[in-house]
Amino acid sequence: MRYETPDTAEKASQMLAADTGHARILAGGTDLLVQIKTDVLDPSVIIDIKRIGEMRKVTSDATHFKIGAAVTGAELKEHDALRAAWPGIVEAANLIGSTQVQGRATLGGNLCNGSPAADSVPALIAAGARAQIVGPNGRRELPVEDVMIGVRKLALSKGEIIVSFTVPVRPKHGGDAYLRFIPRTEMDIAVVGCGVALVLDASGTCTAARLSLGAVAERPLLVADAAKALIGTKVDAKALDAAAAAASAACRPIDDKRGTKEFRVKVAAVLARRTIQIALDRAQGKSAPAGALGNTGAKH
Amino acid sequence: MAKHHVHTTINGDPIELLCDTSETLLDVLRNQLNMTGTKEGCSTGDCGACSVTVDGRLVCSCLMLGVEANGKQIGTIEGLATGDKLHPLQQKFLEHAALQCGVCTPGFLVASKALLEKNPDPTETEVRYWLAGNLCRCTGYDKIVRAVMDAAHEMRSA
Repeated sequence: MRYETPDTAEKASQMLAADTGHARILAGGTDLLVQIKTDVLDPSVIIDIKRIGEMRKVTSDATHFKIGAAVTGAELKEHDALRAAWPGIVEAANLIGSTQVQGRATLGGNLCNGSPAADSVPALIAAGARAQIVGPNGRRELPVEDVMIGVRKLALSKGEIIVSFTVPVRPKHGGDAYLRFIPRTEMDIAVVGCGVALVLDASGTCTAARLSLGAVAERPLLVADAAKALIGTKVDAKALDAAAAAASAACRPIDDKRGTKEFRVKVAAVLARRTIQIALDRAQGKSAPAGALGNTGAKH
Repeated sequence: MAKHHVHTTINGDPIELLCDTSETLLDVLRNQLNMTGTKEGCSTGDCGACSVTVDGRLVCSCLMLGVEANGKQIGTIEGLATGDKLHPLQQKFLEHAALQCGVCTPGFLVASKALLEKNPDPTETEVRYWLAGNLCRCTGYDKIVRAVMDAAHEMRSA
């Protein structure tokens, strides 16, 4: 097993494209090393992308944040401007694993690991994040909801890597949130995850909304009908009911040891309602009540 | 394939070593450097027994390759005590009987030290969440949490 440390995304892409075996990208390694250890994977070469400058930093301009795909959860949490603009993304990233895992795990890895239950992905989708991709044919971008196409399946061609995610600066009267249900209070995998971002006008009417669900289908879902139920309303009880119903209707989950289909469908509606409420409070400039954020496990 | 030549710093001491790509930092610490204070528990990042710091950041050494330590500052349990003088956390773990079998203890101590460097006055809730990735099957955690809170108090007054 070779080990390479390219210093540009283009070099990393060339190495990936040239490899005839099973090349794997190493960012935080919190999934990759487990998969190697348990013999799920036996890579021919490990391409460590942490020396690629643009992948390891968060930058911003007048219109966008650009979040390097290999920035860790712990680093995101320490980025005050990003946390203020997109608290849902930062909170979702910081629900992945333990403090130790946070020290290594990355947004790019969470997405490219290809799990439908990845916590940060619905938050990124709700925020309208776009994956910036480098490949043998140059650079392109994809909406995050179009990157994962199935369990462990990505819409990336050979040699392509995600270098960063772009999200707009926080819109005026905008707010986002992410909640997940797990049976414990920490250190677990989402049974259902829900990300919401919405924007209000000066009168409090919702002008834009995105709702994404994780762990209820073969890939994270963008639920357009839930957004439709919110846009044009004051996000009142009736709109919440309609959005929650749309969230349930979008689910096509499996039964597994973490939850049954019926349970997931029901919890999707509950989480949609709660997550929308937090995003709404943030859009209205209210702070969310302490203890309301993150996991909605047994303690709530 | 040739082994990787790694230059790293462990608990302040410059170290050179050779390792294969497949060796984790945990393998390197225990098997090559005979630094067996860092424990192997699950090897999948769930139990925290192998906790170390890398450039000040708490990580599981089982989830990091040895070769990734090149150019980094590694902190292990062996770096806590100063000669024969225990770190306040170690002393408080003894006083509160915050351990039984002891396998999880180095990980808890390294993780707790990283917490107190970042947050010298944590609430009990913050301690519990920070340490959620460290598993102990003996104590029920209460004594560990009390020991950390007490050590934090003592270190603030020092």
